Amino acid sequence: MEALIHNFFNVEIMYKAKYLLWLGFKVTLQLSFVSLIFAILVGLLLAFVRSFRNRFINVLIIIYVDLFRALPTIILFMLVYFAWPYFGISLPRYWSAVVALTINGAAYFEEIFRAGIEAIDEGQREAARALGLSFPQTMFSVVLPQAIVVVLPPATSNSLELIKTTVLASVIALPELMKQAQQAHGFFANPTPLIAAALIFLAFLWPLVRLVGVLERKYKQA
Amino acid sequence: MDRPLLEIKDLHKYFGKIEVLKGINMEIQRQTVICLLGPSGGGKSTLLRCINRLEEPTSGRIFIDGEEITAHKVDLNRMRSEIGMVFQHFNLFRHLTALENCTLALLRVLKMKKDEAREKAMEMLKQVNLTDKANNKPSQLSGGQQQRVAIARALAMDPKLMLFDEPTSALDPELIGEVLDTMIKLAEKGMTMIVVTHEMGFARKAASWACMLDQGVILEENHPDKLFSSPSHPRTKEFLSKIL
Repeated sequence: MEALIHNFFNVEIMYKAKYLLWLGFKVTLQLSFVSLIFAILVGLLLAFVRSFRNRFINVLIIIYVDLFRALPTIILFMLVYFAWPYFGISLPRYWSAVVALTINGAAYFEEIFRAGIEAIDEGQREAARALGLSFPQTMFSVVLPQAIVVVLPPATSNSLELIKTTVLASVIALPELMKQAQQAHGFFANPTPLIAAALIFLAFLWPLVRLVGVLERKYKQA
Repeated sequence: MDRPLLEIKDLHKYFGKIEVLKGINMEIQRQTVICLLGPSGGGKSTLLRCINRLEEPTSGRIFIDGEEITAHKVDLNRMRSEIGMVFQHFNLFRHLTALENCTLALLRVLKMKKDEAREKAMEMLKQVNLTDKANNKPSQLSGGQQQRVAIARALAMDPKLMLFDEPTSALDPELIGEVLDTMIKLAEKGMTMIVVTHEMGFARKAASWACMLDQGVILEENHPDKLFSSPSHPRTKEFLSKIL
């Protein structure tokens, strides 16, 4: 028991590692926020373009979505950071992570938003068109406001996944929370910082998990 | 004679290889009500939906007020804003109140001011006797009330022409009357209407002309009373015997 506490819940080491962990948390927060915004925007754009039902473009989107849903995200991180320089494109660690998270996250968000748009009865669109609303007006005034309600629970859930995926940026040595925890683990020769990182994630994400539950219940009633 | 409000010339429509409309010709004068009858799959709804180009005609020409709406350069959204349409399943915007359903296109398409749109919409809801439901969402309204809101929504645009696609088919029998009454009142005010319906009572009372559509052609047309009492085509007879 004592060994367990010493190795995993060592208060002294937690205290010593707090600055590194704090630095890591700030990077994680920023990376999560920026990647989330890009992933949602790209996902929304793809879902929007897909609703035009151009067969050629839609095949491209489907290939994109399938590819990045099937590809392990950790490989994507390494490809973006280590392989691109051979094509003359070299990105700093932070932006490599943003690109990888965006590419990956957008594939999932596209699916969620598309399902949301498709859940809206065709009659809604027809009524809007019959009144003379243009395609963008129909989208923004009629389809999207209704789709958002459908999409909110799965989109929140997927945001959670994306935030957790940021830990993979540690493989390209971006000093986010996980990487800092690993560093501290090595430095103090004690895995307590990993537990600390886990607790930070828990404190940060648990409210979001609850939110998904609340949203799902609320949507069921609507 | 006046130039007809609506002219349809040799309209053909294919869905894939199936010819749903096989050369329809029609002329509709202002302030008349035309009923389209016929078995399902006969092309009534498709014909109606070609008139505001919710369906693209394969060939043929349609004129409204002398303007060819099947022309390439026509402003589709403006054209549609001048034609009201009422659907079988009402298709009210579910996230908006009855009032907002009526104001949406006034604000977005006609670019009316908020107050002006609100006033106009309330006026229309008054015409269908639903001012007390202005702030209710569609889910809080009965089918008949929803359809009346849908009529008010279309009327708010001051359309030249109203299209009704089986407006009472999705309603419980006891709710059909209130919608038909609203439509009869509209007809009496001189609205030009094309109505796909099986409601013979409505056709007799409000329509000035009835067309029997089957297998993509107009089999026969006549004054509704005459069409119902002495149909000349055997398929019309058969169809009428089934629904009367």
